[in-house]
Amino acid sequence: MEDKKQGADSNSKKGISRRSFIRGAGLSTAGSVLLTTNAFAFGSEEKLTAGKEFGPGATTIQMKINGMVESLSVEPRTTLAAALRDHLELTGTKVVCDRGSCSACTVYLDGKPVNSCMMSVFDVGDKEITTIEGIAKNGELHPVQEAFIEHDASQCGYCTPGMVMSCVHLVENNTNPTLDDVKNATRGNLCRCGTHPHVFKATLAAANKTN
Amino acid sequence: MNKFSWYEATSIEDALQQVNKTVSEELYQSTNNAAVFKSGGIDVFDWVKEGLINPQKIINIRNIPGLDVISYDAKDGLRIGSNVTLAEMASNSDIKNHYLALHQAINHAATPQLRNMSTLGGNIAQRNRCWYFRSADHQCFRKSGDRCFARHSETGENENHAIIDNGSCVSLHASSISTALMAFNASVVIVNSKGEKKKVLMDDFFVSAGQDIAMETILQAKEIITEIVLPAPSKNTKSYYIKQVARESYDWSLGDVAVVIETSGDTCKSASIVLGAAAPVPYRSVQAQQAMEKKSINNTNAMAAAEAAMSVARPLSKNGYKVPLFKSIISEAILKIT
Repeated sequence: MEDKKQGADSNSKKGISRRSFIRGAGLSTAGSVLLTTNAFAFGSEEKLTAGKEFGPGATTIQMKINGMVESLSVEPRTTLAAALRDHLELTGTKVVCDRGSCSACTVYLDGKPVNSCMMSVFDVGDKEITTIEGIAKNGELHPVQEAFIEHDASQCGYCTPGMVMSCVHLVENNTNPTLDDVKNATRGNLCRCGTHPHVFKATLAAANKTN
Repeated sequence: MNKFSWYEATSIEDALQQVNKTVSEELYQSTNNAAVFKSGGIDVFDWVKEGLINPQKIINIRNIPGLDVISYDAKDGLRIGSNVTLAEMASNSDIKNHYLALHQAINHAATPQLRNMSTLGGNIAQRNRCWYFRSADHQCFRKSGDRCFARHSETGENENHAIIDNGSCVSLHASSISTALMAFNASVVIVNSKGEKKKVLMDDFFVSAGQDIAMETILQAKEIITEIVLPAPSKNTKSYYIKQVARESYDWSLGDVAVVIETSGDTCKSASIVLGAAAPVPYRSVQAQQAMEKKSINNTNAMAAAEAAMSVARPLSKNGYKVPLFKSIISEAILKIT
């Protein structure tokens, strides 16, 4: 780190810093600098490998989901949310806004919460999907799910699966979450019933119980 | 969504051979054989779901190797691959330590779920969020229509719209991260199908509506963003970012500002001040920059800079509130530098 710092100092002592050069360059009308004319010439021997094309009709693909491998026949326009609900009958994942704005459709892609409504099922590849159906283990509810019941954290229930996914992810990745952490984790989860205060209480209670 | 085929691109060259349209070109003039790029896909799927573009083929550039790296060097600065997600940027310690305003902007962008999906390349190339532009029922100038619905003084719902440079189109650029990137004098690295690689300063990457009503960036169909590069900040450079929203959890910006100031004691040696949600593209406030240069960073000077920034504001019928809003966040961000 020290070396890096010294590097920055010596650089700024020169007559013209990189920064002021770039700012100056921006004033020219062209505004762009040509870096190279042969960006692809990594090795002249290498041949271009063409990618694979699927669809537009249905293709049979395999998907790792909740610890199983499922086979399904889907078109590229099929969203992951639609594949879960309509092809695999995993209807715990809810589609509400269908535009990535409400997070009701939250699932994990390799452990990270994502909106399953805003991705094609072809985006999944060999990544692992976890849905709300995969949260309870061996018939036992996750502590967050139990706490949601105990603290009355759902009303109409449409946001609940997505809300649970966000809160479980937090509790599994943060051993001692604060109220702000819970708020941050559920930032994207809209709830028209206004259950947020109960969701916060439930998640903090679950975190305390887990740890 | 209409049917489309899915092309899984293996390399930049492979992707550039397949593509024939930008989403913007397709939005302006719809065809039936468009092959467009998608990375995170949030913006592209939005357009497809609304039926505003009906591509024949979607080329997935998300899995092209080598575009997902963040690297920092104290001399050369920061390089962020175009497929790096916003979540990866949010957790990067070099960004947090050396580019605070950028870190702040990322943390105020979108939702945790979307940050896990959205890539930086897609974020800066996404189209604006004007509700008329996004509506299939409104053929506005941006979609080769004959009017701007938002501008109308009585019927135009323009409370979120532009107050600066709003002569041709009153939309707002959707990427608040770009506000911070531009303040750090970021450049966009672009490769075309001939293998030419160029570096374009962000100030020149965005295209004003007056220059070209169909486009918001200079990106052409046969071009791909490979990385975004930021020069190394000098030792005495400090930065701050503020985004004002109507809802704290997450929301589109009503007004945001990124301030990058090189200090000498409590004096501003040079200032880079960029406003988001003010104009159709991120707006560099030369007025505010000049007002701060060689001045002490204090309340009087910060207020004067904010006033200078708003001297060019021309609010529409319903967004006059943005002028005091911007004055407040600009002065506040400048004062956070000390």
